[in-house]
Amino acid sequence: MIKVTYIQPDGREATVKARPGDSVMQTALNNNVPGIIAECGGSMACATCHVYVAEAWQTQAGARKDGEEDMLDCAMSEMRDTSRLSCQIKLTEALDGLRVYLPEEQG
Amino acid sequence: MTLIEGHRSLTPDAGIPVLDIDPYADATLRNPTPYYTALRDAGPLVYVPHYNVLAVGRYEETRQTFSDHETFVSSRGIGLNDFNLEKPWRPPSIILEVDPPDHTKTRKVMSKALSPKVVRTLMDDFLATAEALVDRLLEQSEIEGVADLAEAFPTAVFPRAVGMKDVNPRHLVDYGAIVFNAVGPDNSPRRQAMSRAAEVGGWISAACARGRLTDDGLGAQVYAAADAGEITSDEAGMLVRSFLSAGVDTTVTGIGNALWCFSQNPSQWEALKADPSLVRPSFEEVLRYTSPVHTFLRTANIDTHIADHPVPEGAKIMCVLGAANMDPVKWGDPDVFRVDRRPTGHMAFGAGIHGCVGQNIARGELEALLSVLARKVARIEPAGDAVWRPNNAIRALDRLPLKLIPN
Ligand code: FES
Repeated sequence: MIKVTYIQPDGREATVKARPGDSVMQTALNNNVPGIIAECGGSMACATCHVYVAEAWQTQAGARKDGEEDMLDCAMSEMRDTSRLSCQIKLTEALDGLRVYLPEEQG
Repeated sequence: MTLIEGHRSLTPDAGIPVLDIDPYADATLRNPTPYYTALRDAGPLVYVPHYNVLAVGRYEETRQTFSDHETFVSSRGIGLNDFNLEKPWRPPSIILEVDPPDHTKTRKVMSKALSPKVVRTLMDDFLATAEALVDRLLEQSEIEGVADLAEAFPTAVFPRAVGMKDVNPRHLVDYGAIVFNAVGPDNSPRRQAMSRAAEVGGWISAACARGRLTDDGLGAQVYAAADAGEITSDEAGMLVRSFLSAGVDTTVTGIGNALWCFSQNPSQWEALKADPSLVRPSFEEVLRYTSPVHTFLRTANIDTHIADHPVPEGAKIMCVLGAANMDPVKWGDPDVFRVDRRPTGHMAFGAGIHGCVGQNIARGELEALLSVLARKVARIEPAGDAVWRPNNAIRALDRLPLKLIPN
């Protein structure tokens, strides 16, 4: 089973179960985790699914996809080294326990 | 080889249900709902003998097929004809009708030019234009929603955003309609479109030349990418052409459909007026509910499967986005128009790498217009029958008589 923890800007945490193959964005929506808008539905066109991946998970979460950086640059909250578009992180067993931080502002 | 509507003849597997409906018949294009239901009910993958194609209309299969750009390619055309076998009517779009790695390069240029950041810089003009237009229309006792509002707004703001020196509103709207009708069969909408293609297409190409653009618009950004060596200057012209084919008629349709939704659902207009934070989500619901792009096709580039049915290489697959957006399995109560639904994942802008690259600008235009309307207009009332305009890929209104009742 894959579990993902979403941490709100005020520190509140929600740990939810994910279906393998779903994205971190989709998993948040499926479980009513607030803080992700995902206006474009995962087409890498809106930058409203921005998350900061916990440092310990950065390698497993993988590198940014082609074009992702340009879109992150458009996000409402500042882009950091740990910034990812959550629609571009696909969940596998290897990501069980993943922790992501939600930004102050999404759109 | 004899081609059927420009593609190779297909013998479907015997296990695939048959749907004996003409998806491009005039009556179906005007009122597609019964066809959408029949398509979803028939199965996850169906065979449409009328055009010798396969079709998907349930949400899950439509989304999967549409996003799997490696198996179901766009480079062989997103209409009924297979570009491998028949020469298309115009040089193929280098962003819509192309696969990676070529697509990756042009998509990058376009998504930069149309990014949320860029759209934020356009919002002041969108809002000021909406304000002036709505004020003017509120002085009239009745308006024709399509011409007076749906066409008037994008043809004012979009050419300015692109930086066009030449503006012919009629050609700008019609070019999109021509391109979208061209993806259908050899029916009357397509024949009419083709009869005007040379004239309108010629005007469009000329208007996309670098010399006909200002140096501070979206068009100039695309030409700057050519200066930087990311694309050739011919490609830049082609991409500016894509702004015009995909960015005007579609937005006109989105606005018309939004006005129609609210005129039919007064309680939802009240809900929007009561909570302006619903402006953006309400447009998503308009998109889901009306699917301005109702159908695009893909071509199987290898022997493959959909929903466990074999699909041979060369098969054309109709991806019926309008049916997917009305799938009760996905949406629960799809027939209800609810501004607070937040229908993330709807298929109106497509999905995957070919998802509409201009969706931010469309959202920006609608946000401006709907927020101004919500502030000033108490009610949007029908003043006659809405008439739909049959188009092979677009579900658009032809006429929408309305009364705008000021606050
Ligand atoms: S959902 Fe739009 S960029 Fe991720």
